[in-house]
Amino acid sequence: MFNIERWKEIFQSIKKNKLRTALSGMTVSLGILIFIILFGLGEGLKNSYSDLFLNEANNVIFIYPGKTTKPYGGFKTNRIIELKNEDVLDLQNEFSSSIEFVNPRLFVNETIKYKLESFQFDINAVGPSNQQIEKHVLMKGRYINEKDIEEKNKVTTIGRLVARDIFRGEDPIGKFINLGSRAFKVVGVFQDTSGDTEENKLIIPYTTRQQILKGTDVIGTLALTFDQSIGGSGAVKLSNNIKSFLKKKKSIDPSDPSGIRVRNIADEIDRSLQFANALQIIVTFVGIGTLIAGIIGISNIMVFIVKERTKELGIRKALGAQPTEIIKMILSESIFITTLSGFFGMILGIIILSSLDSGALQDYFITRAGVDFGIAFFATVILIVFGVIAGYVPAKRAASIKPILALRDE
Amino acid sequence: MIEIKNLHKSYQIGASSLHVLKGIDFSVEDGDLVAIMGSSGSGKSTLLNILGMLDTSDVGTYDLDKIRIADMNEKKAANYRNKFLGFVFQSFNLINYKNALENVALPLYYQGISRKERQKTALTYLDKVGLKDWADHLPSELSGGQKQRVAIARALASNPKVLLADEPTGALDSTTSLEVMALIQKINNEGKTILVVTHEHDIAKMCKRIVHLKDGVIVDDKKIKQNVIKNV
Repeated sequence: MFNIERWKEIFQSIKKNKLRTALSGMTVSLGILIFIILFGLGEGLKNSYSDLFLNEANNVIFIYPGKTTKPYGGFKTNRIIELKNEDVLDLQNEFSSSIEFVNPRLFVNETIKYKLESFQFDINAVGPSNQQIEKHVLMKGRYINEKDIEEKNKVTTIGRLVARDIFRGEDPIGKFINLGSRAFKVVGVFQDTSGDTEENKLIIPYTTRQQILKGTDVIGTLALTFDQSIGGSGAVKLSNNIKSFLKKKKSIDPSDPSGIRVRNIADEIDRSLQFANALQIIVTFVGIGTLIAGIIGISNIMVFIVKERTKELGIRKALGAQPTEIIKMILSESIFITTLSGFFGMILGIIILSSLDSGALQDYFITRAGVDFGIAFFATVILIVFGVIAGYVPAKRAASIKPILALRDE
Repeated sequence: MIEIKNLHKSYQIGASSLHVLKGIDFSVEDGDLVAIMGSSGSGKSTLLNILGMLDTSDVGTYDLDKIRIADMNEKKAANYRNKFLGFVFQSFNLINYKNALENVALPLYYQGISRKERQKTALTYLDKVGLKDWADHLPSELSGGQKQRVAIARALASNPKVLLADEPTGALDSTTSLEVMALIQKINNEGKTILVVTHEHDIAKMCKRIVHLKDGVIVDDKKIKQNVIKNV
């Protein structure tokens, strides 16, 4: 294959036919460039989805009580199911091997006041494990703790944005804010990387809230984290077990879809990632389309090149060029151009992707756009291989044409 | 040198067939300079193409230097063309992106001769046609006569047994035609066998023998007194 004399011929032909070379090179470069950029952006899209859930603990199961839709065990339908403090203890005992934290939660609707000014924020009455489940990061002071739960202290840990809006630069620690008619002492400030929603919340002990609600032991919802080592299938099994345990305890028909609902975050992440994967597949499909367009482009140009050179090839044959020599000449030229411009397009695509990889793309839900080098290389090689096949057919035809016909071609 | 017997050639044009050569018997001695004449459509170019192995015959035999030229594959034909034959065309057929020297060296490339050797030989032949100083010029920078001289140098470069010229002066004015024919006579005088296809009587008279073709058969074949060109 390697023949220095032939390569000298090829380089001369390339050098003397710059437009032709540029055209065919550009087709290949563009095909591979667009493929790599599209593929990279698709990866970025997928990364965004992955990151979305990275900030939340993904080993969380939520339990929501509701209304029954079936009569069971002597109870009528439409019975309202309530979770109670004892349920927390029962769950902890029953599933002690796989459960890490259990977090009771009550949603509080009270007006927030500080120095005669009113504010509108969400208030969550929860346990200390809320910090781990929501991945709250303390900036100042402390989070609500077990002691607060036990003593039903009127304390609150507030989100970063709450602190900013209410205290406006003042140090919030030790200050009192009114939640409804009661004053709560601010003991800490937290932030959350997952976004503004969590940072716009105030956290208070759930027992304090229950006491305010005239000593009730009712819980709104439950969130619990499990040992991640049980894996995806273990998580699904656990959530099913929790569901049937609670249904049995609350005398709910096992086939009742309502009554107790259990939501598994891991399951939802899986589904969202499937969506992201589907997007990636679509984007890749479009990329492959451009790759095919590139192959068709190079085929066209090869046909054109051979047509344009028919007379030259005829002259060469008249001077004694053998058919195989003609095929080798055209193919080597096409391989050389496609390889060079293919890798040029690939490297350019990778450079563009890595230079794009900044904050601006975040607005379009694209994170860390990039392409695996192996995939880029593979796509480039595919394009080169098809470029060669595309070149072979017209080259073969040109080589078998009678020199006299080629010479007549004006 | 050339021995042809009962040569037939037809072209398929759509459904009908055109019988171009209808039994040619023809031989050429070593060192001869033959003009093949005839009006257009007489089959003279076809005959030359078959002689040059650029085209194939339907019936008949063709021996070139006692070698039977028949049913050759492309590879063998290419090899024979390269070794035995030199071509000069009416439209020069130089490769436009190669300079004069590279054009002349091309047949040597297909003989597998090294680059250095090729350039040396090519320069010798360019010198022979008086264009040594034009070696690095592209065909577009040469006049018609110069182009044809480069083409002749190229045809000679592989030192062929026979030189085949198809209307070598067809695209040239009378003065340059004379120059080119003088060159052909000079090469012939050095011993090369040359066949010239032409329809011009003046040009034919500069050869040693004239063969007349009409409707695919030889109607006249005679040796003539050569009109030798002097002082060009």
